[in-house]
Amino acid sequence: MKRLAFFISAWACAATMLLGLAGIPTARAQLEVLDENQAPGRTMAQQATKERQIWITADHSRHAILQNEFKSGPEVTKACLSCHELAAGQFHKTIHWTWLDPNVPAGERIGKAGHSINNFCINLNGNEPRCTSCHAGYGWRDSSFNFNDEAAVDCLVCHEQTGTYKKFPTGAGHPVQTPTVFKGNNKTYNPPDWNKVAQSVGRPTRTNCGTCHFYGGGGDGVKHGDIDSSLAKPNKALDVHMGLDGQDFDCVRCHTTTLHNIAGRTYATPAATSRKSLIEDDLASKIMCESCHSSTPHKPGIKANDHTDKVACQSCHIPEFARVNATKMAWDWSKAGQKKDGKPYAAKGPHGKPSYDSKKGEFRWEKDVKPAYFWFNGAINAITARDTIDPSQPVAINWPAGSRDDENARIFPFKVHEGKQPYDKINKTLLIPKLFGPKGSGAYWAEYDWKKALDKGMQAAGLSFSGEYDFVETSYVFPITHMVAPKENVVACIECHSTEGRLASLAGFYMPGRDDFKTINVFGWILVLGTLVAVTFHGLGRVISSSRKEG
Amino acid sequence: MTGKKMVNTYLYTRYERFWHWLQTALITILLVTGFEVDGLYTLLGYKMAVEVHNFVGLGWLIAFAFFVFWLLTTGEWKQYVPTTKKMFTVIHYYMLGIFRGDPHPVPKRKEAKHNPLQRIAYLSVAMFLLPVQMISGFLYWSYNSWAAWGLDWLSLPVVAAIHILGAFGVLSFLVGHIYMTTTGHTIFAHIRAMITGWEEIPEGVELEDWEKRRRKGRQAADSEAPSA
Repeated sequence: MKRLAFFISAWACAATMLLGLAGIPTARAQLEVLDENQAPGRTMAQQATKERQIWITADHSRHAILQNEFKSGPEVTKACLSCHELAAGQFHKTIHWTWLDPNVPAGERIGKAGHSINNFCINLNGNEPRCTSCHAGYGWRDSSFNFNDEAAVDCLVCHEQTGTYKKFPTGAGHPVQTPTVFKGNNKTYNPPDWNKVAQSVGRPTRTNCGTCHFYGGGGDGVKHGDIDSSLAKPNKALDVHMGLDGQDFDCVRCHTTTLHNIAGRTYATPAATSRKSLIEDDLASKIMCESCHSSTPHKPGIKANDHTDKVACQSCHIPEFARVNATKMAWDWSKAGQKKDGKPYAAKGPHGKPSYDSKKGEFRWEKDVKPAYFWFNGAINAITARDTIDPSQPVAINWPAGSRDDENARIFPFKVHEGKQPYDKINKTLLIPKLFGPKGSGAYWAEYDWKKALDKGMQAAGLSFSGEYDFVETSYVFPITHMVAPKENVVACIECHSTEGRLASLAGFYMPGRDDFKTINVFGWILVLGTLVAVTFHGLGRVISSSRKEG
Repeated sequence: MTGKKMVNTYLYTRYERFWHWLQTALITILLVTGFEVDGLYTLLGYKMAVEVHNFVGLGWLIAFAFFVFWLLTTGEWKQYVPTTKKMFTVIHYYMLGIFRGDPHPVPKRKEAKHNPLQRIAYLSVAMFLLPVQMISGFLYWSYNSWAAWGLDWLSLPVVAAIHILGAFGVLSFLVGHIYMTTTGHTIFAHIRAMITGWEEIPEGVELEDWEKRRRKGRQAADSEAPSA
C-alpha cells in the first residue's frame, strides 16, 4: 500500500512538472524579436509611424480668394468654405463646436455649455465672452449664439501656421480690430494680418491645439497637469513621442481625426471601446498606446507584459506629471474677496505661480507630482449642477469609472484637483457663479458679491438658486496620459509593490510586496523562532553535559 | 560510541551529494529572494528578486524531476519508507541519551541511511512540503495564464498564502536540519559526509529486518535464509 501511494505521488509530481514545462512556451508565446536589443512593442510602433512625409497638392498662398482683403474672422471662414464646402457642416457636429457631449442626448446638457461643473471657473453659463476665447468660433457672447452659422466657425485657430493669430481673451472668440491691452496679463493683442494668416493654413500642430489646451482653466498648466506650454517644444525627457530630439509627434499623430472629429475621450465615452492594435484593425485610431505598441510590448518573458491586462501603460511610464511647469492642485473659492487697502490684490507663491487672487481665492501649485491611481475603464462619470450632493463630506464632481472586477478597467494615473466652491444650502446642489462681466451685471469679478453672482449664474444656466449658499470641498480628476517618460525613468516595481507605495490605497486585490497575511506571518515566525530556540537549548544541553563528563 | 571501532564508509554517492548541495543553494536563494518579494527587506531590488526567484524556482522544478527519476530508478526511494519501529527509541535518544553520550540507537548504514525520525521528516518534506511549494509557486508564476488554462477559479491570495506558509515551513526545517548535522560523533561528521561521501560509522552494526526492504520476489527466499 505504501509503495503504491509512493508511486502515485511521485508520478503526480513528475507529471505536474512535465505539464509545467509544456506550459512554458504556450504561456510565453509572444512576438518574435527582430532586434535583440529592442522591445517588440517599440519596433511595431516605429513601423506604424515611420512614414513621416506628409504631402499636399495645394499652395494656399497662391489661392486667389485668399488675396482678398479681410476685416474679420467670419470673412476668412467664408473664403475657406468656398472650396471646403463640407468643412463647417462637419465641424458643427463635433464637441469642439457644441461644447456638449455628442454621445449623449443634447437634453442631458453634459458639457461645458450644459450643466457640467468643474472646480476651476466652474461653468460657462453667464461667462461666455471670457470662456469662449477658447471656442473655435466667433461671437459666442451669450445663449443667443447661432450654432448653425457656418461663417462663425474659426478655421484659423486650429489651422493657421504663422503663430501670430491671437483671439482676444474677452472677445467671445474674436481677435481685436486695433491693438488692445488685456488687463489680466498686461499683454498687447494685435489684429491679425488676415491674408498672411489665412494663406499659412496647414494640418494642426502642437501649438495650434496648445493655444487652448495648454491654458485650460485660464492659465498655463492650470487644468491638466500633463498638458501645458512645455509640450509646445518638448524634449524627449519630457515626452518620448513629442520630443523635438525624438519622434517630434504632433497631437494629431495619436489624436487621429475623421470628419473633423478628433479621437479622444468625451466625458463618459472612452477614447476607444476595444483594445485593438493596428495589426488587428489598420483603420483604428491611434489614440491608445496599444494601437501602435500592442498589448505585450516588452521583450518576451519580461514581467511587465503580464501587467498590461490590469495596469495601464501610463501608470508605469509617466512617473510624475507637471515635470517642467507647475500645475494647479487646489483652488479655494471661499477665500476670494479679501482686499488689501480696500483693493483686490494678487500674490505670488512657489514656482512663480499665483498663490492668491482676490477674484478667485487661494491656490496651491505643485511640480513633479506623483499621480493618484484608480481603476479606470476609459469613462469618467460626473455630476452636474442639477444633481443633489451631500455637503457633509467632500464632493467628487467627477470620478473614473471601473473597478477591479471590470475586465475593461486598468489601474490608471490621475491628477486630482481639490476645490472649495459654492453650493446651495437648501437645494443641495453645486452652484454656477457669474464671474465675468461689467459692473452692474452682478459678476463676481466686478462686484465681489457671491449672492448676486450665484443668482445671475444660475439664472443664465436656467437653474434655480435658493439664495442660501456656502462652500463645500470638491475633487475633480484628470487622466494622466501625456508626458510619457523615456524607459530609463519608468516607475520601479518597488514603488507599487511595497506597503507605503503608490498603490497603497487601492483596495480589493492581493498584491505581492504590498499585502501580507498577518496570521500566517505570526504563525510562521513562531514556527521558525520556536525551532531556533529549541535547537539552541538542545545544543546548550549537549555542551553542558559533555563538559561535565570531561570535568 | 564508547569502545566501538569506527569504520570509514562511503555513504553518499556523487549524485546524492550534488543534488543535496544544489538543492541547498536553490532553496537558500528562493528563501532570500522570496522573502524580499514578500516585502520583508530590500536586498537585490524588487525586480531582480522576482526575476531570480522565478528563474531559480523553475530551475528547481526541472532539477526535482531528475531527482524523482533517480529515486525511482535506483530504488533509493526505499530509504524514505516510513516506519514506527525504533521511532520512540530514537526520540528518546535525542531527548536524553544524547546528553549522556549514549551511542545512536540506529546508526547509519549504506542500505539504511535514515533513522525512523529522519525517514518521516524527509518524507514529509519531499512528498508534502516541497511539492506544495513547487505547485503553489508554479501556479503563482503562471497567474496570467490561469484563465487560458481553465484555472480562473483559483485565488491569488490563497495561492500566495500557501506559498508563504510553505516558505516558513522550509525555513523552519532548515534551522532544525542544520542543527541536526552537528549531532554526529563529531560536530562536522555529518557535514563532512555530505561533502566527501564518507562517514565514520560504528563497526559491525547489523541491519535489522525493518531496515531492509526487499523486492517481493525475494521475500520468500529471505525468510527461509535470514541474512547473516
